[in-house]
Amino acid sequence: MSESYKIIDHNYDVVVMGAGGAGLRATLGTVEAGLKTACITKVFPTRSHTVAAQGGIGASLGNMSEDHWQWHMYDTVKGSDWLGDQDAIEYMCRNAVPAVHELEHYGMPFSRTEDGKIYQRPFGGHTRDHGKAPVERACAAADRTGHAMLHTLYQQCLKHKAEFFVEYIALDLIMDDDGTCRGLVAWDLDSGEMHRFNAKMVILASGGYGRAFFSCTSAHTCTGDGHGMVARAGLGLQDMEFVQFHPTGIYGSGCLITEGARGEGGYLTNSEGERFMERYAPTVKDLASRDVVSRGMSQEIRDGRGVGEHGEYIHLHLEHLGSEVLWERLPGITETAKIFAGVDATKEPIPVLPTVHYNMGGIPTNYKGEVLRPTAKDPNAIVKGLMAAGEAACVSVHGANRLGTNSLLDLVVFGRACGMHAAEVVDPKSSFKELKTTDGDEAIARFDRLRWAKGSRPTADIRLEMQRVMQGNCGVFRTAEILKEGKDKLSETAKTLPDVGVSDRSLIWNSDLVETLELENLMTCAAATMNSAEARHESRGAHAHEDYPKRDDETWMKHTIAKVDDAKGYAVDLTYRPVNNFTLTDEVSYIEPKERVY
Amino acid sequence: MVEFNLPANSVVKEGKSFSAPADAKNTRSFKIYRFDPDSGDNPRTDTYDIDLDKCGPMVLDALIKIKNEIDATLTFRRSCREGICGSCAMNIDGRNTLACLKPIDDIKGEVKIYPLPHMPVVKDLVPDLSQPYAQLASIEPWLKADSPTPPDGERLQSREERAQLDGLWECILCFSCSTACPSYWWNSDRFLGPAVLLQAYRWLADSRDEYTGERLDALEDPFRLYRCHTIMNCTNTCPKGLNPSLAITEIKKMIAERRA
Repeated sequence: MSESYKIIDHNYDVVVMGAGGAGLRATLGTVEAGLKTACITKVFPTRSHTVAAQGGIGASLGNMSEDHWQWHMYDTVKGSDWLGDQDAIEYMCRNAVPAVHELEHYGMPFSRTEDGKIYQRPFGGHTRDHGKAPVERACAAADRTGHAMLHTLYQQCLKHKAEFFVEYIALDLIMDDDGTCRGLVAWDLDSGEMHRFNAKMVILASGGYGRAFFSCTSAHTCTGDGHGMVARAGLGLQDMEFVQFHPTGIYGSGCLITEGARGEGGYLTNSEGERFMERYAPTVKDLASRDVVSRGMSQEIRDGRGVGEHGEYIHLHLEHLGSEVLWERLPGITETAKIFAGVDATKEPIPVLPTVHYNMGGIPTNYKGEVLRPTAKDPNAIVKGLMAAGEAACVSVHGANRLGTNSLLDLVVFGRACGMHAAEVVDPKSSFKELKTTDGDEAIARFDRLRWAKGSRPTADIRLEMQRVMQGNCGVFRTAEILKEGKDKLSETAKTLPDVGVSDRSLIWNSDLVETLELENLMTCAAATMNSAEARHESRGAHAHEDYPKRDDETWMKHTIAKVDDAKGYAVDLTYRPVNNFTLTDEVSYIEPKERVY
Repeated sequence: MVEFNLPANSVVKEGKSFSAPADAKNTRSFKIYRFDPDSGDNPRTDTYDIDLDKCGPMVLDALIKIKNEIDATLTFRRSCREGICGSCAMNIDGRNTLACLKPIDDIKGEVKIYPLPHMPVVKDLVPDLSQPYAQLASIEPWLKADSPTPPDGERLQSREERAQLDGLWECILCFSCSTACPSYWWNSDRFLGPAVLLQAYRWLADSRDEYTGERLDALEDPFRLYRCHTIMNCTNTCPKGLNPSLAITEIKKMIAERRA
């Protein structure tokens, strides 16, 4: 090692990585349960990407019209194209109503109905009575629901005096020889010091990896850091081929326009002014689930009916809703459209395009939040000392396609589940098992290698090449040829990573190095995504394979597990584990697969 | 002898210049404050000439272009790039705002970029915000109520009551306002500043909160609240169009009415 680093040791019952919705809700739970908790985050908590969620959080409150959690469950299973695990989906939908009430009790500023209840709006894929018509299920705080929720959770953490380590970059997990997770190593940007956290339980809530693609709604910080750490610990990533394209990213900037815009009555048109979604989803039209709408839009563009000089985008109309509705219920996106598309949404349509938005796949867990290490003998074997929640995790409640509003729900329900399970298995009175002096050495060696990297390719170069390959070869429509080419191209790009060059050598706020560490995590995610996609010879949810246009339950009703080896040029090894074809309780029965039409 | 000069190590010096590619037709200069905490050198301003035909429309796009293509050591915070996370607050063209929402075209001539004023600088455009964060925690920014919550439902709040929170809860804690406030510059150790007072009023205005009296007690202080002299820089600069000055006035009114 070219320099020795100052290392500060800590002992915590629980270490949570990430301070978005899931991380904060998990932190809140463990602190309330009396566990000594450290929440480590690379950005100040209210800057986490949960803040950008807009439309709402799904729960069958029935404030606007009749609704039941069983209907919500049906929609979620159907939305997942039957790849979701129904025990976990039951757990989520059943706990949705109390979760939303809890947020209100915490002080979340929900919009209200005439009679003072929480306001709800329709959303894609959410229907009454098993697909009969759209239902108002998205509990909203105007169109800034994620902001309202994230700030509320941070406030509650302040109330409970939770301990935060802000602007700390988690580098790697510390794993025991027997495969138990023992903590993690993190780098303090402000002081430049290294910290070793010895923990009885680590909870990963590190978010998604949208930035593996060129155009995404995700923040710059969505770089799959937890995914990278898990992969480097030799664990698998699940269902990474399922990447959600949100139908309405602003053309050009990729900024999100909430699906709630269509929930409030907005609609899409092609260059002929036709409301084309009527052809693709005759019953719920513009409120079909996101994969269906994104495919519809892409098909229109491919068939030459895109809007614009080169026919490259689609129009989203809100102008008929009137400026009063827009400024009251959709003020954020009305502003965003003005700033990023130069469009006055009260008068003219917004140019939009399907844009990478969410990763259904991630770190495999069960509904309690425990991370899985599936083996041929036991597909549900767990990793001791390690849990995950939120977009980083794959429970799997979203299967092959997530419904809008189910991500905010996922965060609080499974963040809370992690807190509860940690409280159950972690004994705050038990003594800490000491770490070996060499624990964490590998993490610091990796850090040191990148810090002094003198290669010929700047981080931004390799990243851009990777993003272009992902965008071009792993998009809305996929073919065997495109995926094969993508796999080869990505592998070529990954092989240049040892030739990366970093210009900043400082330990203090070295954001050049941060981006390089993030790039390795992104590359892990990209490799898992591309390889898993290439191998899946069927079409399901967000994975639309033109050579295999049908869903094939016989062969492919299973979760992909991808192990990525960064030491071998990001080579990927694929195995599979069965989908849980059972529910959690007898109160609801397994929903049998059938054809998915909206 | 009283010394009126700034300490020698705080003088900002002229730094390096990076010119645009020769074939660039639409260039603009970005003059950016740099501070390297390791070198012990004075801060400096580096100048980067950018080809605007190959750059996104916002100031943040230019900063990212510089970092990606010209100088990877340039350091700044950024995350959502759509004005909701509050990371990229900085002083652009003499005004505190979010780099991601600030169109380059709105600025005439050279684009001058400095960190948020009057905060300790960690590196380049990254200020240390630990003080305003601690002040935020000090006002106990969470719902306080003793009435039991309904066991199977939400508390009711009329639309009119909820509307009282509009213009308050949308704050993204970027602290553009606090760091634009002369009173905060002089007394940031004791004056809470507009961002935190806006948050304080957010709870006073919430029909569900039952601790109005205690909250007002905690604010009634010559420094914490009354250092506000209605200069209104806060409201002028807020990149989200909020009005902290009005919120502060409302707090003062509530205290006055309580006394009467």
